[in-house]
Amino acid sequence: MTTVHTLNPMADLATDVDDVARLLTPAGERVVDPDLQQWIEDVDIAAIQRLYRDMVLLRRIDAEGVALQRQGQVGLWPPCQGQEATQIGTARALRADDFAFPSYRETGVVYARGGKPSDYVLAWRGEGHSTYNPYELHTATQQIIIGAQSLHAVGYAMGVQRDGGDQVAAAYFGDGATSQGDVNEAMVFASSFGAPVVFVCTNNQWAISEPVSVQARFPIAGRAPGFGIPSMRVDGNDVLACLAAMRWAIDHARKGRGPAFLEAVTYRMGPHTTSDDPTRYRDKEEVEIWRRRDPIDRVEALLRAEDAFDDGFVAEVAADADALAAEVRQAAMGAVTRPPLSIFDDVYAEPHSGIDEQRAAYAAYLDGFAATQEG
Amino acid sequence: MVQLTMAKAINEGLRRAMADDPKVLVMGEDIGKLGGVFRVTDRLQEEFGATRVIDTPLAESGIVGTAVGLALRGFRPVVEIQFDGFVYPAFDQIVCQVAKLHYRTRGNVRMPLTIRIPWAGGVGAAEHHSESPEAYFVHTSGLRVVAVSNPQDAYVMLRQAIASDDPVVYFEPKRLYHTKAEVHLDVDPADAPPMGLARVAREGTDVTVLTYGAQVITALDAALAAEEDGISLEVIDLRSLSPVDYRTIGASVRKTGRVVVTHEAAREAGVGAELVASVTERCFHYLETPPVRVTGHDIPYPPAKLEKHHVPDLDRVLDAVDRVLDRPNSLTGVEL
Repeated sequence: MTTVHTLNPMADLATDVDDVARLLTPAGERVVDPDLQQWIEDVDIAAIQRLYRDMVLLRRIDAEGVALQRQGQVGLWPPCQGQEATQIGTARALRADDFAFPSYRETGVVYARGGKPSDYVLAWRGEGHSTYNPYELHTATQQIIIGAQSLHAVGYAMGVQRDGGDQVAAAYFGDGATSQGDVNEAMVFASSFGAPVVFVCTNNQWAISEPVSVQARFPIAGRAPGFGIPSMRVDGNDVLACLAAMRWAIDHARKGRGPAFLEAVTYRMGPHTTSDDPTRYRDKEEVEIWRRRDPIDRVEALLRAEDAFDDGFVAEVAADADALAAEVRQAAMGAVTRPPLSIFDDVYAEPHSGIDEQRAAYAAYLDGFAATQEG
Repeated sequence: MVQLTMAKAINEGLRRAMADDPKVLVMGEDIGKLGGVFRVTDRLQEEFGATRVIDTPLAESGIVGTAVGLALRGFRPVVEIQFDGFVYPAFDQIVCQVAKLHYRTRGNVRMPLTIRIPWAGGVGAAEHHSESPEAYFVHTSGLRVVAVSNPQDAYVMLRQAIASDDPVVYFEPKRLYHTKAEVHLDVDPADAPPMGLARVAREGTDVTVLTYGAQVITALDAALAAEEDGISLEVIDLRSLSPVDYRTIGASVRKTGRVVVTHEAAREAGVGAELVASVTERCFHYLETPPVRVTGHDIPYPPAKLEKHHVPDLDRVLDAVDRVLDRPNSLTGVEL
């Protein structure tokens, strides 16, 4: 496996995107990786078609989100174009009862966990902070505070240990998050307690305008061994590598061997969010280089080479994407905002006199308008 | 009924809560074999094992953040922040995560965390060991904030905090850890007065003194001294800072018409400011004179040898009583 802890610590390889484990080249050719190979023996062409379909659908959801923001239907959208292989590949390796802790950009993880895009588009519209029940999807609500969820994942995994369960927690965060104390504390706790958690660092090269070189002088996967956590650096645009590596990491954690760490080296093709202008801080040439490494194109090339990309399949996937996009659009356009007094709901689980008083006062205030209109 | 120090009462509260509910966990720095730097968790690890009494790495955000995950998994963690001044590294997790997860998930996720904080000064401690950060947490919706002042409340309110489905920041005044009092251990926490209710610690008719934590003792001492001058102080131990029990406060203010608030935290935007504003809004027509605050100064906590000038003592409380009574011997009346 491509662990990097044997490298010279002065190596300036944080940005060497080709020092990764890979099963599928950017041209769509399969290559053998001695460590990863065993984890995808069962992945046949039909399974690869399913991964392809997931990625295309995710890209479509994402494009719809961006379009809805441009049309003023959602307030903000964090695009994940380019990161489909990382999100789908890793999330598809999880068991339904494992627990994922995604960040705000992991649209694909939530989708893969069974989240309805038509629900969670409402969060970005501002209808609710979270629009799914974490316990139904076994997926925590998407985290906005950078890296905070990594500790939640470790705590959850510590709970699994105490319950005698065999679930695994998966903590997703970006390259910028590795500078945060919480991510480092999470690795200390996970390692010290041998918690069944997998850290998935999506290195998409940019934390808003700050390149990964501001966060790391050394490949991020190289840090984990220092915490006593085995790690792997994979091509984040290679869905097979992401799936295989995640299966390795999950297996390691599930067998009680403690945490594991993945760095998926990928690229955020769009802006940080729809409020951001990446042309101010990065070159067109760089984006073009990554466009040629597109995670979906390379699976398409593979499927074509295997004669598994016929018109029927393409039309079916396109129809599914259209339907999903329509659902997302309809959900946003048809959203019904909750009644005003619902802002006071769920602040506490039990009655709180301060909130109860303010709710009553605001209700009386609103009733005053109704009375005026009636009069 | 037994005589217990506050530290022992809290220890017994933890022990019984853990014995009653296998989902209750205790975690923090040095709480296992050492039993905590104040020995509050003494012998709990021996009794319940290292998976339920967890010695954590030295990382406060890590302690609270992993407790969030444990709560998500169905546990009821009780975390110990070793000293008040060490809670700041955990502030983000408490304020952004613990306080908001129930709201964020529209009630699907509960956060039954209890965050115990040995709190405030008067014990001659080093820098960062005598802070009064309560206002930060009171200002944060989603948290309940309580402060105890005696062993009986410490025992009962801790058990109520652990039983609560809401996160509770539980302040333990360090300078009362070793004061003893009678404790009924067999009282059912569900039947005892809820932790959101204030307690009239002493009845009186002339001035209402609002306070909490160790300052309750100072206020009671002031009441004894005032009595010699023929002045009757009613001392209210708030017990809960979020929510505040304005019903009990209001009843007292309607009776006395005069209010002194005392706490050792700094004055600016402190709990006292909120109490004065709320009492004024609610009870203006019952007030004979403007309420007065007696607080710590707006300074970083001073070195131990000078802390007696920061923490309000009996004389400063009595001086404030003179002010609200318009008595001529007040030293600190300030004209704006």
